[in-house]
Amino acid sequence: MKDNVLSVENLSKRFAPAAPPVVHEVSFDVEDGEIFALLGPSGCGKTTTLRCIAGFERATEGTVRTRDRVLESPDEHVSPEERGIGLVFQDYALFPHLTVLENVAFGLRDRPPEDRTRRAREALKMVGLTDFDDRKPHALSGGQQQRVALARTLAPEPELILLDEPFSNLDALLRQGTRQEVRALLKEKGMSAVLVTHDQEEALSFADRVAVMRGGQIEQIGTPEDVYYRPRTLFVAQFLGRTNLLLSDAAGTEADTAIGRIRLDRPSSGTVLVSLRPEHLTLEPPESDAGPRGTVVGRAFKGHDITYRVECDGAEYLVHTHNRMSYEPGDPVCIRPQEAAVVLESRTHPADVPGGMTEAAPDPEAAAAESA
Amino acid sequence: MTVRQVLESARERWYVAVPLAVVTAGVLIPLAYLLVRALQAEPGQLVDLVVRWRNVRLLGNTVALTAGVLVGTTLVAFPLAWLTTRSNLQGRGLLTLLGVLPLAVPGYVMAYVLLATTGQYGTLAQTMGVVLPRISGYEGAFLALTLGTYPYLYLNLRTALLGLDPSLEESARALGYSRWETFRRVILPQLRPAFLSGGLLIGLHVLGDFGVVSLMRYETFSYALYLQYAASYDRVYAACLALMLLALTGAILLLEARLLKGLLYHRAGSGTTRRAAPWSLGAWKPAGYAFAGTVGFLSVGLPVLTVGYWMADTAATGLPWASLGRSLWASVSASAPAAVLAALLALPVAYVGVRFPSKGAKAVERIAYLGYATPPLAFALALIVFTLGALPFAYQTLALLVVAYALHFMAEAVGPIRSALYQAPPNLEEAARSLGRTPLQAFWGVTVPLLRRGLLVSVAFVFLSAMKELPLTFLLSPIGFQTLALDAWSYANEAMFGEAAPFALTIMAFSALFVGLLLARETERTEQPEAVAG
Repeated sequence: MKDNVLSVENLSKRFAPAAPPVVHEVSFDVEDGEIFALLGPSGCGKTTTLRCIAGFERATEGTVRTRDRVLESPDEHVSPEERGIGLVFQDYALFPHLTVLENVAFGLRDRPPEDRTRRAREALKMVGLTDFDDRKPHALSGGQQQRVALARTLAPEPELILLDEPFSNLDALLRQGTRQEVRALLKEKGMSAVLVTHDQEEALSFADRVAVMRGGQIEQIGTPEDVYYRPRTLFVAQFLGRTNLLLSDAAGTEADTAIGRIRLDRPSSGTVLVSLRPEHLTLEPPESDAGPRGTVVGRAFKGHDITYRVECDGAEYLVHTHNRMSYEPGDPVCIRPQEAAVVLESRTHPADVPGGMTEAAPDPEAAAAESA
Repeated sequence: MTVRQVLESARERWYVAVPLAVVTAGVLIPLAYLLVRALQAEPGQLVDLVVRWRNVRLLGNTVALTAGVLVGTTLVAFPLAWLTTRSNLQGRGLLTLLGVLPLAVPGYVMAYVLLATTGQYGTLAQTMGVVLPRISGYEGAFLALTLGTYPYLYLNLRTALLGLDPSLEESARALGYSRWETFRRVILPQLRPAFLSGGLLIGLHVLGDFGVVSLMRYETFSYALYLQYAASYDRVYAACLALMLLALTGAILLLEARLLKGLLYHRAGSGTTRRAAPWSLGAWKPAGYAFAGTVGFLSVGLPVLTVGYWMADTAATGLPWASLGRSLWASVSASAPAAVLAALLALPVAYVGVRFPSKGAKAVERIAYLGYATPPLAFALALIVFTLGALPFAYQTLALLVVAYALHFMAEAVGPIRSALYQAPPNLEEAARSLGRTPLQAFWGVTVPLLRRGLLVSVAFVFLSAMKELPLTFLLSPIGFQTLALDAWSYANEAMFGEAAPFALTIMAFSALFVGLLLARETERTEQPEAVAG
């Protein structure tokens, strides 16, 4: 399988020999036409990984290959201009002294002049930006600059493009639309891409596969559904969205928890930490079951759904229900899981982790360690 | 980075590494050579040369003049800066100009003006019959240097006063402090960095000054160096004097660094800057005008009137067009190449400082500033001793003069290039490289076009500074090479005020251009943020 468009093996990067690695033994492959996302909080090493792939940082260990060509290894370094990998910067890095058309044609200088202009125009048309050829970048809006940056990267038709937080400078409304357009464009051209982002929604909606990074290492690689529904670690579970964590006493595929007996996604035994997303829980009237009872302590009606906060056995849980649920704070309820709970392999001892709901936090384990 | 990595990146970016090496070697080697030469003397002779009453007197004179000028400039610059930024005087824009314009009058022209005004044959005696004793010595040097250098302090204080956050003052007032207490305990402490950096510039200027002290016949280290060189030329004693002057300069630099440590206040929080409400001067308003008017008349009006008077005097008998043209061409032929060379050397210094900030980069930048801070006479002497010893063919050539100008004024070129570099973020070069450009191609294709303005400003600054430069020219120019500055100085030195006038006037015109450029940059800098946001 050495003909992947990108294959990263055991990549490590230290900025000084004595310093701890910023990127530590990172490995992943990007298949032809695949959009791959590196997702993680700031400082997790995702941008450094990207810069190693682009050739702006030298890897300390490991290799970076494209097809059968080694781009980076301890004794090999192909300079960035010879890698043929496109790169879209977070702040676009448009050349302020060149017009839009000149910016897009910048990477096409090996072609004859008329071909260059034609191709640059094509690229601009592709991103839906015509009539701006002679403007300077500063005369464009943020969204337009973003398109120019994309057109400039696409114009030389690289096999692989790298996107470094390319949507983060756009306002929220524009961001979603642009994301879908860019994804459609990449898919239409059959291009492969690596996206770096700290926004889980962006990674989940943009990429075919997501690698969740933390502390320089990849914690989990999988499809968006995979990492969201079946997080392997506490960190992944919490980073990808709000979740309820429960310490449970497992026996086979079932476990006893503070909210009653629940199903597990895989057999386990002893004390384990499990995760249940709020939308996988629902509320029932207390008389329907003999299990533990909770009390509604908060209700937030959000139109399309309702978020309840329910106290049960000293901990609070989040429950997303449909918008016709009519419990009010103070009502006694039962929390009922609709899916099997996900057993987490945690790097810390389960007893250190408080049960109940958690927000999507940058680094929940670190936060837990700090408060302890 | 390991040594191997450093070498590798130096080879990769030779276009940066080579100029850096030239700068470092060009400044440090001559100075080191000076030390070596001085140490070659017999120990006994050396002790004899250093431990002399004359040296103690020179030291006393130099320190007294420096301290005096520091006090004098503070007394002029601080009230003027306060009046033009915080008071309700009318026409503060015009008064601000008065604070800067004296930069158009080089010290030796100011000294010439004072000499040509006073005394039996001075302008005052000739036009109004008022005979003041010819000003000279300490008083003369003090007055000329104070009037000529206070803008350095003025500009620093003005910027600091404008940058003060008014809410700090308002908080102090709200906490029960009176206006005067607030001024003393909140405003003054925040002005300390401005005092220090302005004071440093003035101190270095006084230490390095040659034109004023030579015309005023006031014996400082610089003047003694000149006498040594002009009269007996005892090379070892001259080297000792130069080293003592360098030690004094080093002491001032260290003192400034020590005092400045931990003094860089940052404005906490963001938001638009608000101007403080101006203080109403009330009945003191006329006094404010009188002060600003007097300072403006002495530092700008008097030079213009005096030089104009003597110019008219000379014009009556015919202006020396031929020699004026010759000197102008000589000045240009040395200053123009020096300006280009200085900008070329400053470019990598600024580039490395902005893009690869490290201890090494800091060190190179410091060395560039050292070339500027080194008293020019000492630097020139070091270059003479060095070329005579190591490169005799370069001695008394135009090339050596050009290199000396470039190394000395390079620090002026670093600033504009550095601020231009901040407009050209490094990821532009990375973008160019990801689109197939080599590092050098990316640098020339993307960064250099963005630096064009900054480079032009740098070239202009160095050119105009070199046009009025005196001590380096005095020691290093080829035989028979007469620049504008040399002519103005030598005529003034022989009290031939009429003959000196055309040259002094031309220099003032060039210096006025320099000030105009400085002001244009200053306004641009204050207006730029809006332009970028818009």
